[in-house]
Amino acid sequence: MKREVETVLPDWGSHPVFGMALTVIAYVASLRLQRRFPWLHPLFVTSGGLILMLVALRIPYEAYAAGGKVLEFFLGPATVALGVPLYRQFRRLRRNLAAILAGVTAGSATGLASAGLSAWLFGASQELIRSMMPKSVTTPIALELARDLGGVPELAAVLTVLTGLFGSMFGPALLRRCGVRDDLPLGIAIGTAAHGIGTARLIRESEPQGAASSLAMALAGIVTSVLAVFVRNGM
Amino acid sequence: MTGFAILMAFLFAGHVIREWWGVPLPANVIGMILFIAALALRLVKLETVEKAADFLLRHMMLFFAPVVVGVVAFFPLIGREAAAFFGGLVVSAVAVMLVTGWTTRALAGKSAAVSGGYPAKAAEEAKSAADDDRSGTSV
Repeated sequence: MKREVETVLPDWGSHPVFGMALTVIAYVASLRLQRRFPWLHPLFVTSGGLILMLVALRIPYEAYAAGGKVLEFFLGPATVALGVPLYRQFRRLRRNLAAILAGVTAGSATGLASAGLSAWLFGASQELIRSMMPKSVTTPIALELARDLGGVPELAAVLTVLTGLFGSMFGPALLRRCGVRDDLPLGIAIGTAAHGIGTARLIRESEPQGAASSLAMALAGIVTSVLAVFVRNGM
Repeated sequence: MTGFAILMAFLFAGHVIREWWGVPLPANVIGMILFIAALALRLVKLETVEKAADFLLRHMMLFFAPVVVGVVAFFPLIGREAAAFFGGLVVSAVAVMLVTGWTTRALAGKSAAVSGGYPAKAAEEAKSAADDDRSGTSV
């Protein structure tokens, strides 16, 4: 890990505090930047900034990752915490539970199948296909599922984030054009396809849609994990 | 801090169950399912965990930024397979949205169609629910 060639870093560079401090500083800076330029997505700024810095200063990825891994750990409790929005919305949306569950299940199955199939049709490698399949669910779950399916967690993370941005930007308009105009189905569709990034947009625009979306995002994580077990056994 | 300890305990339980009983779900998902069950059974009060949970969810981006940074190692692969990477992404995102939206719409029943998706009371409740989550789910 330490004796990399051509690095500007002294030995302390591979201490976890280095990568942690770098990431937290970049994150806080990106939040501030977003306050001035609302269209800037903080995740792009944070990760993009860090990537540029690592490349420009020739900092070996391993040195950064020692600290990055520490922060990554918190994805575990954060996923468990998704139970809170699920529980809150579940109490409110109980009467439509059958429709919601059916929609989320159909969507999750479509997500695994269409991602795998379309990537395969486009001639993707096994590596990419397996990383692509769980990309509709929230990032920490997509990472774990990609690992379980034999994909690459880093690729899954990027695909998941891009899917969320795509769904958040174009999803509501597309759905309305295709006849999905009511709050409930629209929210459920965005939450299932574009997880938290889509949900964040809906919450800003319509409260009933946002509520449906955050329920769907947590549910889709669970349903997709269960479906992935069958996929894995079948592959 | 109590809330954080509770979340960690469920995550740990998820790991134990995955390793010992061979439950094939990710440990964090097992932890989440147990946690939801505990909330539903009132073994854990929402108020105890709310603060910690909202904090973790609000800053989830910080926690997976390092993973996204790790993609530098895969730039060559993405360049080689750009068509599949972006094509698959778009095709599948559109498919998921339409299938989910249409299925939910078809089953949500007449009340949903008439009153714009929500019965009046549920709409009211959903509104306050979304308020709760305003800071809760950023990614």
